[in-house]
Parts: sequence; C-alpha cells; structure tokens
Amino acid sequence: MLSRVADSIYWMGRYIERAENIARLVEVNLQLLLDFQDVDDEKLKEHWDPLIRSTGDEEHFFESYDIANSDSVLEFLTFDRENPNSVISCVNAARENARMVRDQITQEMWETLNKLYLFLKSDGARRMYDKAIHDFYAEIKEHSHLFLGLAEATVSRTEGYDFLQVGTFLERADKTTRILDIKYHMLLPSVNDVGGAIDVAQWIAILRSASAYEAYHQIYVTDVIPAKIAELLIFSETFPRSIRYCVKELNDRLHDISGCPMANYSNEAERLCGRLLSELNYGSVEEVFSEGLHEYLDRIQERLNEIGGSTYKAYMFLPPVDMAGEIQVQQQQ
Amino acid sequence: MHFENYQTEDFFDEMFEAPGKVRPHYAKLAERFARLSDEEFDQKRQAVDLSFLRAGVTFTVYSDNQGTERIMPFDLIPRIIPASEWDYIERGLKQRMEALNLFLHDIYHDQKILKDGIIPPSYVLSSKDFRREMMGVDVPKNLYIHICGTDLIRDADGQYLVLEDNGRCPSGVSYVLENRAAMRRAFPNMFPRAGVRPVEHYAEDLLKMLKYISPTQEREPTVVVLTPGVYNSAYFEHCFLARQMGVEIVEGRDLVVRDSKVYMRTTKGLKQVDVIYRRINDDFLDPSVFNADSVLGVPGIYNAVRAGTIGLANAIGTGVADDKVMYYFVPRMIKYYLNQDPILPNVETYLPSEKEDYDYVIENMEKLVVKAANEAGGYGMLLGPWATKEEIETFRAAVKENPRNYIAQNPISLSRHPTYCNELGFEGRHIDFRPYIICGEKISITPGGLTRVALRKGSLVVNSSQGGGAKDSWVLYGEE
Repeated sequence: MLSRVADSIYWMGRYIERAENIARLVEVNLQLLLDFQDVDDEKLKEHWDPLIRSTGDEEHFFESYDIANSDSVLEFLTFDRENPNSVISCVNAARENARMVRDQITQEMWETLNKLYLFLKSDGARRMYDKAIHDFYAEIKEHSHLFLGLAEATVSRTEGYDFLQVGTFLERADKTTRILDIKYHMLLPSVNDVGGAIDVAQWIAILRSASAYEAYHQIYVTDVIPAKIAELLIFSETFPRSIRYCVKELNDRLHDISGCPMANYSNEAERLCGRLLSELNYGSVEEVFSEGLHEYLDRIQERLNEIGGSTYKAYMFLPPVDMAGEIQVQQQQ
Repeated sequence: MHFENYQTEDFFDEMFEAPGKVRPHYAKLAERFARLSDEEFDQKRQAVDLSFLRAGVTFTVYSDNQGTERIMPFDLIPRIIPASEWDYIERGLKQRMEALNLFLHDIYHDQKILKDGIIPPSYVLSSKDFRREMMGVDVPKNLYIHICGTDLIRDADGQYLVLEDNGRCPSGVSYVLENRAAMRRAFPNMFPRAGVRPVEHYAEDLLKMLKYISPTQEREPTVVVLTPGVYNSAYFEHCFLARQMGVEIVEGRDLVVRDSKVYMRTTKGLKQVDVIYRRINDDFLDPSVFNADSVLGVPGIYNAVRAGTIGLANAIGTGVADDKVMYYFVPRMIKYYLNQDPILPNVETYLPSEKEDYDYVIENMEKLVVKAANEAGGYGMLLGPWATKEEIETFRAAVKENPRNYIAQNPISLSRHPTYCNELGFEGRHIDFRPYIICGEKISITPGGLTRVALRKGSLVVNSSQGGGAKDSWVLYGEE
C-alpha cells in the first residue's frame, strides 16, 4: 500500500472517531445540566470549563471566546471551523482524507461520510441544533457508528483495514483518557460533597459518555464507585472502549501490518505499544490512584502520542522528494 | 409528461421527425414518458440529483477560494442510437483511430507522410504538442493513443461529423457509467424491455488494454492511475476508474524513478510499476524534460519511456494529433495509411495559413466558427454569426498575427434533442456526442458515450464548465 494512502486512511479513522467522541462529551454535559438547580453564570462556567480543559484546546478557546458557557463551548466544539478539533472540522478532515483514498474504501463508507458532511453544511443542521440539540449529536454518533459498522462489514482485512483500525483505536484510547480526566477538572461545591448526589451524577455522566453505563452495572453489581469506574475504563479486558482494550487492538493491528510475531517487535511503534499494553495488562487501579488519576492519564496520553508518531515514521513518512536534485540526476542519464 | 407542444423548428431533432411524429427508435421511450405524471418526473429528477451529490459525482468549480463541488446537470431523457447508426459510427471511429496511431508512429520515426508531401512538414514540426524527445523512441505495441474520446456532432441532415479527436487525456467516461447507474435506479422497469446495450464493462476493457501495453509479461503487471491530485476537477473520475479496475491511484510524489525504472513508495518500500494510466498532460509529466516547474510530475518518467520499462497511456506526444490544424489532414492520413476513404467525414475546415483559405477566412469571419489550434474546453473560440463586432475584430487581428494557430469552420446547425427545461417543459436543445474508444490488442468502443447538451436556449456550447449538461446515451441492440 502507498505510504500516502496509509496516512490518509489512518487520519480518516482518527478524525471520524474524534468527531464522535466530541459529540459524546457534549451530549453528556448537556444531560448533566438538566440535573442542576439554580444555574447561574458562575455555575455554568464550572460546568463547561472542564470540557474545554479535557480536550486540551483551552488556549485556543480563550483566544476566540471570553467566557465558557453553553453557547460558546458548544459553538467552539461543534461548528467553529477555526477550531481544528470541532465536529465540523473533524468531519471535513475525515472526508478530505477519504477523498484521497476513495479507491480504498467502499462506496457505502464514502457515502456515509459524505452524507454527514453534507448534513453538517446544510441549514437543516443548524435548525436541528437549535431546536433539538440531542437529536443533532445523536445524528453525528449514528453516522460514525454506521461508518465503523460498514468498515467491519464491507472492508477486506488487508493493510488498509489495519491502518483504519490503528487510527480508530489510537484516537479512542486517547479520548477515553480525556473523558475520564474530565472528572478531575470538575469541581465539587465542598469536600463534603464527595460521594454525594452531585458527585454520583457526574460519575454517571462519565460512564454514559463512554457508553459504559450498562457495562458497569453488568460487571460490578454495585453502586457507582469512582475506583471501579476508573478500573473499567482503564483496565477492562472486555469493554471495547477501555484503554487496555483499545491498546490491545492497536497492538494486534500493528503486528498484522508488519507480520511480526506477537511478543516480538519489528519497529519502534510495536515496541512502545507492546510495552504500554504490558503495563495495562499488569497494572492496577490502586497504583493509578496512588500516582494520581490525572497524572496517570496524562502519562498514558503521552505514550499514545509516541505510538502514533512512531507508526507514522515506520510506515507513512515520505521523505520529501528533492525535485531539483532528481531533475538533475535524470537529465544526466 | 407529454410532447404535444414540442417544436422541432428547422433543426434535425433526434427524437422527432416532425412535431408529433416520433422516430421509431424512440417509440418505447415516448410511451413510457407519456405514462409519467409531472410529479413523478419531478421526484425522479430530484432523486437522481441527490444521489449524484451524495455519491460525490461532482466536478470542482474554483470561482471562489473554497472550491465548490457541483454536479453536472443531468437530463432524464436519454439520447438513443439504433444499431445500424452505431455500426456506422463504430466503423468510422475504428478507421480513424487506426490512421491516427499509424500517423503518430510515422512522425516520430521515418516521417514518410511528410517526405511524401501529404502533409506540409511545417505544420507538424510547428505544433507545440510535437515532442522532439519522442523521435525514434519505441512505445509498447507501437500504440500511442490508447484512450480516445472523439467528439461527434450531427448536422441539419442528421449526418454524423467528427468535430475533434481528443487523443491526450479525454475525461468524462465516469459520467457515462454514473449516468447509466442513475437511469437504472430512476427507471428500473424500463431497461429490460428497452434493449439497451450495457456500458458497464468499460473499466474491464480499460484494464485489459493497460495490461496489454505492459513491457513485462512475465509477471502480473502493476498498473496505476496517475492523478494530479485531489484538487483536480476530474479527481472523482480518476478515483472512480482506479477503484473499478482495482489498481492504485498515485500522485507524482508517490513515484520515483531509479535506473530508468518507475517505482511507487509503499509501506513496505519501493515497488516497481509497469503501466501508468496518466491523467497529467505532457507538459507536467516530467519536470526533467518538459515544464521544469511542474510539481505534479515525476522526474525521469521520460527516461523510463525511452528505456522501454514502462507502458504509458496515452503515450507522450499524442497532442500533435489533437492539434486542430492536424485535424484538417486526418482524411488524408486515412487515405495515405489505409488506402480507404474516410467513413466519418470532418466538418468542412479552412486553414488560414494556406493562402487561398486565408483571404476567405479573413473576409468572412462573421460567418465562420474560428478556433485556436491548441485550446480545449470550448475556450479560444469565435462563433462568428453570434459574436459582437469587437470579438470578431479581436479574432481577425489574432488570425492575421499567427494564422498557423487557427482554423475556421462553417457553423454547423447541431442536432437538437428534447430536454427538460424547468417551467418551459420540454424544449429542443443542441447536443453533441463523445463515445470512448480503447485501443489495445483490438479497438473497442463502449456502446454508449457522453451526450452533452447546451442547456441555454439556442446555445451551441455544451461544455460543462460553460453551462452544459449531460444525458445518458443508449445504443440499442436493434433498430427500435
């Protein structure tokens, strides 16, 4: 497969997954808002600030907006073309990448992505957003699910599929760390509120944004306990949005691409990914909390970035052609 | 939907012999449309437009910096060609292709046709698309034009005429296939009974030809489509064809030349390429030989061609046969190489660079169509009878300045076809026809083609960049 094509497929996977996860984050925050009493500006700010901080785009946000409230944060995360990580920017980028590899993806996948793009560009999208905002984000998630489902059901298991999965799972692992990290940024009114109604509501929201609410209750027939939630979202071997699950998929796909046997590595990406997977396989939630959840998640995000970077170097990086040099060489022949 | 008020006026109408009198090969279609209510027709029209947009069957218009994607306006009434007419077109085009390929081989080798005085050498050698670099270079199977989209028109008597040979990188074939798919969706029940020949094997024929021109036959040849990139207006088509053939679509930066062999850069290292279907013009193909500023091309492709390690479709230097002045000589080529009379006639053409034609062209410019020899897409053209005084004077000056760069033709009253014109209902609109020809082991012509229609009333310009639309084109198994 062409290196350039692998690169586009990888980014197509990442961007569509990113768009979906933004929709998830936003939707849950909206639901949380419904549980509040006496909403004022200060409370709203406390409510929306963590969302911006968890995306890592807070600097960018405060360049364009003065205050974090429903309007500004939603606009920033959804329709703001200046924000490269808004839903619309992600969908545009996914589609641009898809356009470059249209010969590699199936007609159905392309049409799904294109439909989402056309929808977001249409006046209908704005109307739906104004009138039925939950439907709006549900629409984005649905298209993303359809896209992933089509990839499962229609794409041959060759290199292209592997690169798509690498992009998808890398992004998903990263976004799960960010969803979990949101709770770190959310302030409770006082220390006494730990374990109280608001605290529980916030943790439930975290579960919901990772589609993990049902999984949690199936696995831990118990109340909402923060340590268990962290355990599920970081270490679960079976829940498909947990960090460990995503990294395992990532590791499998990287080995599929190279053909290198498991437990060995043939390049830096495989080495880093294998090491991270071991850490997750043998880690415990007690260790996480003793290190500090936020610090731990930060470290995982860095590791994921390194894996992404070394995958790029191993397969997709094209040393730019030195045109003048090439021309000279060819003219001498 | 009916055609009661439809007027043919003084034109050759494809569907009606006279008002109210349908030609036999359109009878079934007329019957089907008669049973269609206005609402149904409207629904189908919108459904087709939407499906084009969703599938991304678009071309890009760069009127603003955003680059707007537009669909080509599609007219639901197909253009129909009965078997006997198609047979005639096919014979004519095959003959023409054979002659053109012999001509290209000749002028890049012995130049017998010039030495024998059939074509004045200056015309060939002064063509800006004549590539001296190709002199004495052998190309696989001696084929130069592998893919051709010849533009045909019909005059007031219904006679088919060749308007131009597009032997460089003709585009539009994806529309032929997509238009047919859209028609099948819109009228699923009509097809089994209409006796329409399929066009869907185009990509298969194309791939077969591309493999045929591979310099190596020991292993399965690696074929690629070379595109200028995602911002090219025909990018959709490049992808479409690559996907249908199941081959890689590459950009210039994906290819490198080492030891006069072409390689593509893959996730597993360099892989040798055997055949390139290129959709980049000669000028931009190889910056080490042609336009040095090109960032789209691949330095060294020419060396690979010369070394015979790569099959390139179309070959470098076919543009000289596309030159509108050379068009004038195609009937002579047919006579010279094949010893036959041309089956499909040219439009009567004057060469201002010849003394006797020069005076006639300069004096009668307001009656003539004048074209620049090397332009395409409906640009660089004067439609004398419809032009303003200033336009005529501009062209008169330009022709005097450089007569070699122009040809002139008598205006042809293009045939018309019933076309849906919004609130006006059905009206006659001028059309042309571009069938797609593949020259490999044998010459095959996809039974169908792109019928372009000038949607503006009275307009003769069918180019999509200038307000043209398209129709599905049906070639029938039989006569009706």
